[in-house]
Amino acid sequence: MGGRMSEELDPRGHVLVPEHRVLSKEEGEEVLRRYRVKPHQLPLIKSSDPVARAIGAKPGDIVEIKRESFTAGRALAYRYVVEG
Amino acid sequence: MTGVSPETIRSEVRKLRGEVPDSVVEELERTLLRVGKERAITAEALQRVIEAVKEAHLSSLVEPGEAVGTVAAQSIGEPGTQMTLRTFHYAGVAELNVTLGLPRLIEILDTRRTPSAALMTVYLEPPYSKDKDKARAIAQEIEMTTVEDLISEMETDLMNMQLLLSLSRSRLRQKELTPSKVKEVLSRELGPKVEINVEETKLRIKAAESLSELRRLAARVRKIKLKGVKDVTKVVVKKEGEEWVIYTEGSNFAEILKMKGVDKKRTTTNNIREIEEILGIEAARNALIREMSSTLREQGLEVDIRHIMLVADMMTVKGEVRQIGRHGVSGEKSSVLARAAFEITLKHLLEASLRGEEDRLRGVTESIITGNPIPLGTGSVRLVMQGGRSERE
Repeated sequence: MGGRMSEELDPRGHVLVPEHRVLSKEEGEEVLRRYRVKPHQLPLIKSSDPVARAIGAKPGDIVEIKRESFTAGRALAYRYVVEG
Repeated sequence: MTGVSPETIRSEVRKLRGEVPDSVVEELERTLLRVGKERAITAEALQRVIEAVKEAHLSSLVEPGEAVGTVAAQSIGEPGTQMTLRTFHYAGVAELNVTLGLPRLIEILDTRRTPSAALMTVYLEPPYSKDKDKARAIAQEIEMTTVEDLISEMETDLMNMQLLLSLSRSRLRQKELTPSKVKEVLSRELGPKVEINVEETKLRIKAAESLSELRRLAARVRKIKLKGVKDVTKVVVKKEGEEWVIYTEGSNFAEILKMKGVDKKRTTTNNIREIEEILGIEAARNALIREMSSTLREQGLEVDIRHIMLVADMMTVKGEVRQIGRHGVSGEKSSVLARAAFEITLKHLLEASLRGEEDRLRGVTESIITGNPIPLGTGSVRLVMQGGRSERE
């Protein structure tokens, strides 16, 4: 988190931004097992993403996103944090 | 026979969570509780209903191997042929210029850095949102005013190598600016070497040494921002339900969110790139879905949201918004043949051969080119034999 952070706005809470959460190692492995995928097969999120920075997600983490789905009410999605 | 209690209904239905979508669970729970009040639901009936819901959900899922991408492309493409080709339209919101129809849809899919008609919807916080004058005041602060907007006349005095600016009194009043304030901004922008004199509403700017320099200075002075947010060229204040909302032509999301009185949670822009940069990839995905479906809906076209969600998912899957097309989703396919089949065939084949790229021929396009069964539907299944002579894959 560089010096730019201070004047930057926290994107969390905006109507367009769903809730993000960094998963623990165990939870992350469970997700990979459940979907039978390798990390890079998940959708990606950059570590420079405003929300990723706000929640302190590091490359290698898996982020869980609680989406307000148009069809399913709520849906959980996962993104793998990559450098960028 | 007595019915089950509401608690049992709740706990039994909630066991479905994770198996069927939350929205289905909630609807089932609501309906069962309502019906349960009118007549008794036996434990057996409850189980039958739950089983039926499970089965209905399972049978409505997309089958493995379904060509969802192709179906989405056709489902958006066909209605797209009925969209208006006219680029601009003054619609809905007062006198704001918005891009609609096919040009807007193309613009979204291309994720142009600057949309042809950028637009922001600025929501305000309570004291400002309730009061028209307070909302107006913020709108005034947002609207960009340049020197050009204020001058009634601008002369280049070649004799004395200076610029003569006449400011319009009515416009000054309207923008709540004074000649001395204009001078202040100008001298800050132009630096200390430039001499500026004020006589009532006339400004004399002296700096240039040569004619070409004077011309350049004149052009520069015109564009100097006196107040407001950069790039916001027009504002309209409008009442929406109970509150006052500001619509702007031109977008500068980062700046607008820093302003006092602006609701930082609801204010949006139609510029997907700005949303990606400030609110992140997930917000960009949501914005893409919103913009695409509202563009289609506005034209009276019904496209199932799932197709649009798939497009938005593909565009954001790499962690950044990629356009559909040469520089994005289609251009970054892993198969050489698939890329070559899309556009600029020769270049792709040449570069691939230079790099010694390999094509596993696993995709649909490659399979068609090489005359193999396509990996869709039943074609996506491979047989693995077990027995005397086993073979992997």
